[in-house]
Amino acid sequence: MTTHVPGDALVSLNAVNKHYGQLHVLKDINLQVRKGEVVVVIGPSGSGKSTLCRAINRLETIEGGTITIDGKVLPEEGKELAKLRADVGMVFQSFNLFAHKTILENVTLGPIKVKGASKAEAEKEAMALLERVGVGQQAPKLPAQLSGGQQQRVAIARALAMKPKVMLFDEPTSALDPEMINEVLDVMVQLAKEGMTMIVVTHEMGFARKAADRVVFMADGQIVEDETPEEFFTNPKSDRAKDFLSKLLTH
Amino acid sequence: MNTLLNNSDLFITGFRNTLILFFFSAIFALVLGTIVAALRVSPVPAMRATATLYVNVVRNTPLTLVLFFFALGYPKLGLVPIDFTTAAIIGLSLYTATYVAEAVRSGINTVPVGQAEAARAIGLPFTQTLTLVILPQAFRAVIPPMFSVFIALLKNTTVAAGFSVFEAGAIRANLSERGEPAMTGLLWVALVFIILVFILSALQRKLEQKWKVAR
Repeated sequence: MTTHVPGDALVSLNAVNKHYGQLHVLKDINLQVRKGEVVVVIGPSGSGKSTLCRAINRLETIEGGTITIDGKVLPEEGKELAKLRADVGMVFQSFNLFAHKTILENVTLGPIKVKGASKAEAEKEAMALLERVGVGQQAPKLPAQLSGGQQQRVAIARALAMKPKVMLFDEPTSALDPEMINEVLDVMVQLAKEGMTMIVVTHEMGFARKAADRVVFMADGQIVEDETPEEFFTNPKSDRAKDFLSKLLTH
Repeated sequence: MNTLLNNSDLFITGFRNTLILFFFSAIFALVLGTIVAALRVSPVPAMRATATLYVNVVRNTPLTLVLFFFALGYPKLGLVPIDFTTAAIIGLSLYTATYVAEAVRSGINTVPVGQAEAARAIGLPFTQTLTLVILPQAFRAVIPPMFSVFIALLKNTTVAAGFSVFEAGAIRANLSERGEPAMTGLLWVALVFIILVFILSALQRKLEQKWKVAR
């Protein structure tokens, strides 16, 4: 077990590079996220923010640089990588609940198969998590029977069931109807208050203001600004950020 | 009707052997075909290449030749001796497995990539991602083509008659020896096959209803 000195980087990206063919999608990315920090990544579409998020648990491979999680360099493949991924919770834009499994089974699958928990123990913890995100009633249903907002809250519970060291959110509200966005954001704000380390790619500026410790602004594969929310929203330094923020306010 | 009743011994033995061939070949083909399909989506290039080679070689060979090999060629290799029924089961399994593999692979392709990503994200390794998340959904998506493969297998068992296995396809020859009209015998054989396929189709409908995946 590595112990944490407060202020230690839990997630650390050093000179990370990635191309999609000709497109240089991540350019020399350096980012340190400390334990308990909530980092919101924003930027125009195509800026590489989702790729950055997905690279942290190696759903996207990288070509250069290193990514370390809790002091361990991300392994390339195999059992070691699977083990490390179990420590990194991930919430997707399209929920990706296992379509053939019930809500309860979705949440217990990881603890039972990866962590070797007993079924009874896993179900007890899963029910507690489902209650916590407000969908305890839905436990015996299949994912398709739930609304998008409910599915996304189940997806958060599924990730939390692994007791992750850090949670990644890849545009968690972008596929939701407007009236369902808040129920998901509320869960995320609560999680942030409880001290979870979070990296959140989102377009929800309200969430960034409310819950973020830092806002990272990306454009064209680069980190352009890395500020407190207050500083970023009231006093953006770069033209790219000023331009981006002005466009948000026009309508 | 007399042709059937007077020779019920032939019909019963024949179809019993047909069902034995079908049952064992179907199980082996399902297991082997699923493994081959899994290899074809494996991240290891050598595994993909091996599985692709197997599917292309065996699927492109006429079934008669595959059975010829096991009935006549295999004994000359000097390995463990096998009887004709076992040889037929091995041949039918290896042949049908290629079709099962392709059906399963097309099913794997219908499962959204996000399902595999979510499985990997909670720390499941490749094999468990496949067996716990991808394959159960893939099978549900390919029940109709899978049953077509098994219906074809059921009828393909009659090819084994040519290799000294007394199954339904051999009933006519034996009826002729007893002086029965061949055409009547063939019609009865065909009718029993239609009934057997009907049972398979009913099973298919049942599974389709039970395993509907809602998205």
